[in-house]
Amino acid sequence: MNIAVCVKQIPDPATPYDLDDDNHWVVRPNDQVLDDTDRVGVEVGLQLAEATEGTVTLVSMSPSGSLQGIRQALAMGADKAVIIDDDTLKGSDALTTARILSAAIDREEFDVVVAGGESTDGYTGVVPQMMSEMLDVPCLSFARKVDVDDGIVTIERQTASGYEVVTSKLPALLAVTAGIVEPRYPTFKGIMQAKSKPVETLTASDLGVEPDVGQRVTEVADVASREAGDIVEDDGEAYLKIVELLEQTKVI
Amino acid sequence: MDLDFTEEHRAVRGMVREYAKDRIAPNAEQWDADHHFPTEVVREMGELGLFGITADEEWGGAGADFTSLCIAIEEIARVDQSMAITLEAGVGLGINPIHEFGSDAQKAEWLPDLVAGRALAGFGLTEPGAGSDAGATATKAVLDGDEWVINGSKAFITNSGTEMTSLVTITARTGPDEISTILVPAGTDGFIVEPAYRKMGWRASDTHGLTFDDARVPKANLLGEQGKGFHQFLSTLDDGRVAIAAMAVGVLQSCLDESVEYANDRYAFGRPIGSNQAIAFKCADIEVMTHAARLLTYKAAWLKDMGRPFKQEAAIAKLYATESAVTATRDATQIFGGAGFMDETLVARHYRDAKVLEIGEGTSEIQRLVISRGLGLPLR
Ligand SMILES: Cc1cc2nc3c(=O)[nH]c(=O)nc-3n(C[C@H](O)[C@H](O)[C@H](O)COP(=O)(O)OP(=O)(O)OC[C@H]3O[C@@H](n4cnc5c(N)ncnc54)[C@H](O)[C@@H]3O)c2cc1C
Repeated sequence: MNIAVCVKQIPDPATPYDLDDDNHWVVRPNDQVLDDTDRVGVEVGLQLAEATEGTVTLVSMSPSGSLQGIRQALAMGADKAVIIDDDTLKGSDALTTARILSAAIDREEFDVVVAGGESTDGYTGVVPQMMSEMLDVPCLSFARKVDVDDGIVTIERQTASGYEVVTSKLPALLAVTAGIVEPRYPTFKGIMQAKSKPVETLTASDLGVEPDVGQRVTEVADVASREAGDIVEDDGEAYLKIVELLEQTKVI
Repeated sequence: MDLDFTEEHRAVRGMVREYAKDRIAPNAEQWDADHHFPTEVVREMGELGLFGITADEEWGGAGADFTSLCIAIEEIARVDQSMAITLEAGVGLGINPIHEFGSDAQKAEWLPDLVAGRALAGFGLTEPGAGSDAGATATKAVLDGDEWVINGSKAFITNSGTEMTSLVTITARTGPDEISTILVPAGTDGFIVEPAYRKMGWRASDTHGLTFDDARVPKANLLGEQGKGFHQFLSTLDDGRVAIAAMAVGVLQSCLDESVEYANDRYAFGRPIGSNQAIAFKCADIEVMTHAARLLTYKAAWLKDMGRPFKQEAAIAKLYATESAVTATRDATQIFGGAGFMDETLVARHYRDAKVLEIGEGTSEIQRLVISRGLGLPLR
């Protein structure tokens, strides 16, 4: 099976990052890391590949930089990577991102496209759905568990109260969610081999996509700091007051 | 001059740090309390390839540099010295002698499992009557037809009695003025693994005394040349010293991180204890020791990777890093006050564990002896 996994390199969440003054874009350092949520996608891709003797191709739109984040995913076991590195794509919105990724994936036959639900630095959460439309395949979202058998993919779709079982014919796009699948650690050999795995670098024009950032960030404001909570002094009956508060806020 | 680690080095650090944080750190206190050697976790470290970092690809290793191994050891030592020494000894004392001096048949028999971390080997040099003075080895091996007959005992041997231990390599006297190295498979008749020691630290690491009572092994189990045992052992010693220094760097870094956090968070007299110079300067001193120890350690590792002499640098790194680690664990414990004396506090475990860093693989006194001789002093 041919499996494409969309991954994103993001600034290391452990070190706070800046927005540039002119465009309010994230200033991307040279050594970005693999988005943690994408590790689930890579793991799902690898499991499908192992079950079907398939290959996993990473697809990523990002300044290639040191490729540290992509190598993390290659070290986990992905076979190769395609990077779309193009200055004119800086600050792209979700639609442009989806166009670019779809075009890169569509160059070859694929059976499954795996994407994370949403990125940790952007949080738009709509790229997978847009891509499925462009690739003209069904989108199975919030997939927490994935099986493929005889050309049919079956997922457990996480819902607010439990899960649904959803099936689809292949090819299909899966937007996966954390919870059940444990991303593997890269092995030492995986780390060593990652450097010699093929990484193809493309531009928007290589893909025949007209770069169009599609959005302008007009203003950025700090998140309002949280107000101090109510403190309930315990005089032996505090639990009653807490239950009342929880009922007021409709938590229970 | 370039003091940066490579991208692979950083990737290894990231991988091992994450693994250690997820799988070792949460359990280390319990293993320590129970004196429990966590076989399943050691096997997992094997699956990640940690035991095979430096071994040749022919035996399933990655053929990578020694610096990578030091990084892995350092990262594990930050959360648990017992698992760090299990890895350090597994490679330095278990794999390396066979990798370096073994015949093709010996390598083919033992290395694949050792390198994959499916098995462990110990190295038995120290005896009840011979430690720093390894030349005083009294264990005897006598040829009887096609077999060595071994009699004697060994003390404090790491990784020698786990359920995954496949063999122990020992030094033994094979003539009046002759020490040789012999491979003794686990389960050999007359090879008795004594009950595990009760130790002050490194409690989840496996340490036993060994007794040989007419233990017979094939003549072909001689490792390398007869009579070269002492020489062979000396030539692998320098690596071990740098690897122990790397453990000490991990301990220093951990003491630093823990101390700075606690000094900021803990209040006394209405302000953080870190606002007292007495506490802040302890942190500053630990920071200095951590930097210096790291530079010394990775300089020595780099020299080895470059194929250059590093005997003096290895002894300097081992001496400075381990003595600093003991100082830092004592200071960190002081910064934590009463909490620093409790088992549940990481620096308390580090304090107990760190002391042996100044003893194993050559005591501090022996390092000073080596360094003095390196200076050309007529030390006896
Ligand atoms: C937890 C643990 C694990 C170990 N694992 C192993 C292992 O796997 N394999 C193995 O072979 N050994 C192992 N050892 C043994 C360790 O290497 C020895 O304990 C160490 O080399 C010191 O030897 P010793 O205990 O006989 O002390 P001694 O040699 O008796 O030394 C006692 C004291 O005298 C000092 N001293 C000795 N000679 C001199 C001198 N010439 N000048 C100045 N001072 C001197 C020493 O520095 C020390 O302070 C282990 C020890 C421990 C505690």
